[in-house]
Amino acid sequence: MVLELGEKLGPLTVAYETYGKLNPQKSNAILVAHALSGDSHAAGSNGWWDSLIGPGKGLDTNRYFVICSNVIGGCRGSTGPSSLNPKTGKPYGTDFPLITVGDMVQAQKNLIEHLGIHKLLSVIGGSMGGMQVLQWMMSFPEKIGSAIPIATTMKHTPQQIAFNEVGRQAIMADPDWKGGHYYGSAVPAKGLAVARMIGHITYMSDVSMAEKFGRRIRQDKQPFKFSPEFEVEGYLQNRGDNFVKRFDANSYLYITKAIDYFNLQNGKNAACIFNGLKTRVLVISFKSDWLYPTYQSLGIVKACKLAGVDTTYCEINSSYGHDSFLLETKQENELISHFLHGVSNGQRGSQ
Amino acid sequence: MDSKAIKIEHRIILEWVKEGASVLDLGCGDGELLALLIAKKHVHAQGIELSEDTIRRCVALGLSVFQQDIDTGLSEYANSSFDYVILNQTLQQVKKPDFAVKEALRVGKQVIIGFPNFVHVSARLQILKGRVPVNRALPYEWYDTPNLHFLGIADFKNYCKKRKILIEKSAPLTKKGIAKLFPNLLAERGLFLLKGT
Repeated sequence: MVLELGEKLGPLTVAYETYGKLNPQKSNAILVAHALSGDSHAAGSNGWWDSLIGPGKGLDTNRYFVICSNVIGGCRGSTGPSSLNPKTGKPYGTDFPLITVGDMVQAQKNLIEHLGIHKLLSVIGGSMGGMQVLQWMMSFPEKIGSAIPIATTMKHTPQQIAFNEVGRQAIMADPDWKGGHYYGSAVPAKGLAVARMIGHITYMSDVSMAEKFGRRIRQDKQPFKFSPEFEVEGYLQNRGDNFVKRFDANSYLYITKAIDYFNLQNGKNAACIFNGLKTRVLVISFKSDWLYPTYQSLGIVKACKLAGVDTTYCEINSSYGHDSFLLETKQENELISHFLHGVSNGQRGSQ
Repeated sequence: MDSKAIKIEHRIILEWVKEGASVLDLGCGDGELLALLIAKKHVHAQGIELSEDTIRRCVALGLSVFQQDIDTGLSEYANSSFDYVILNQTLQQVKKPDFAVKEALRVGKQVIIGFPNFVHVSARLQILKGRVPVNRALPYEWYDTPNLHFLGIADFKNYCKKRKILIEKSAPLTKKGIAKLFPNLLAERGLFLLKGT
């Protein structure tokens, strides 16, 4: 595959899971795009969006064929920096080319075609998954019947880039990172854990942290003055340590860079972004999300309006912060299920 | 609110709206009117609503709705981008009705406006008795009313004259039908079809 920035990448592996059955007309397929730390295991036991995908749920697997693939650049089965470089026989490390959200979507499109699906009924995702949805809307409007971008943005802001940069610096400051060629030896665990801790802070809200932890102190005896004492400290360290077990530090660098570079507008007139898009769009944001605030979703809605796209927009009143898209499932399920019902019945607000 | 009066209102709007037209409903509530317009007149419909709950109900009806405050304007829409803009039972609740009407007239080729007649005879009698009116068309107590502005049918006609807005059709509505005589006294609601600018 030729990447957006000109380099070639191949052979390319794309790991994916599917749920439900593809109908004979191949018209009931929905692509789920995952966020920064997600993977193709969206549903079932420990699936990251199991609350939304399954029989009778918003993405009803009795009706729809749901596909979720790991993004390229990732570390959960799809080709990424930890994969073997065919030229050297060793893991790519930082020799892996820079990838973009556009490349992630191109790989998904190749997968969809490989599965013999001409047109998706819908493409849905939150956060970085939402960016992929927007990229689909712009790059392959004729390939999607509807789109559901959630808690996302058309371009990363300096604040969003800044948080990612702190995460990247933490990884690269870890002596075990070794310029990215650490495979086969100790991984930069401390750096990646700190990056994940910063990420987690941005996914929660002031209110949700106060509710979850308060100023509670951990009961177990601490061996050292600066061991985690407050519950929130222990929680973050725990999340950081667990993340290291399942995620590759270089993938974190590559994927955060891809979303930092994401800029759908890229100097274009807002009215032109979704020109010619004939699909229905459902945009969802969350009131307490300060990482991808509502105004960014309103920017998407505005671009849709200007392009005359048939759009529904709802801000869900939730206190979980950016994590709401994974947690505020009742309202989300209801909106998505009704919206998809309308789309799959061909019942449109328009003619 | 009385369901029969609402039905008359909707029936007249259905008569006014042309088959297959594009419609923007400002303050579409739970989407009843838009769903009706889609079913009977096959319109291309877009709603705007403020509350999350009503939006979920609209989506359940298969409607496209934006969560937006009408008072922020319709700047994303070009002039005359809809055949009809509807402000039904919304005008008296927005902060800046003059601005809302101006925007509706700009975006819509025609504009349908419906509002409760605050000077209906029953309201006048209640005021004479020394009470603030609460009746079928004005069901709210003073402490929980969403209504911010109070107007009668004659007030609205005067307003149109002042702003040089052309009234194409009007239907002063009673519970059962149209108030042919003394509409400003006898109609519970005013319904107007205006020509866009």
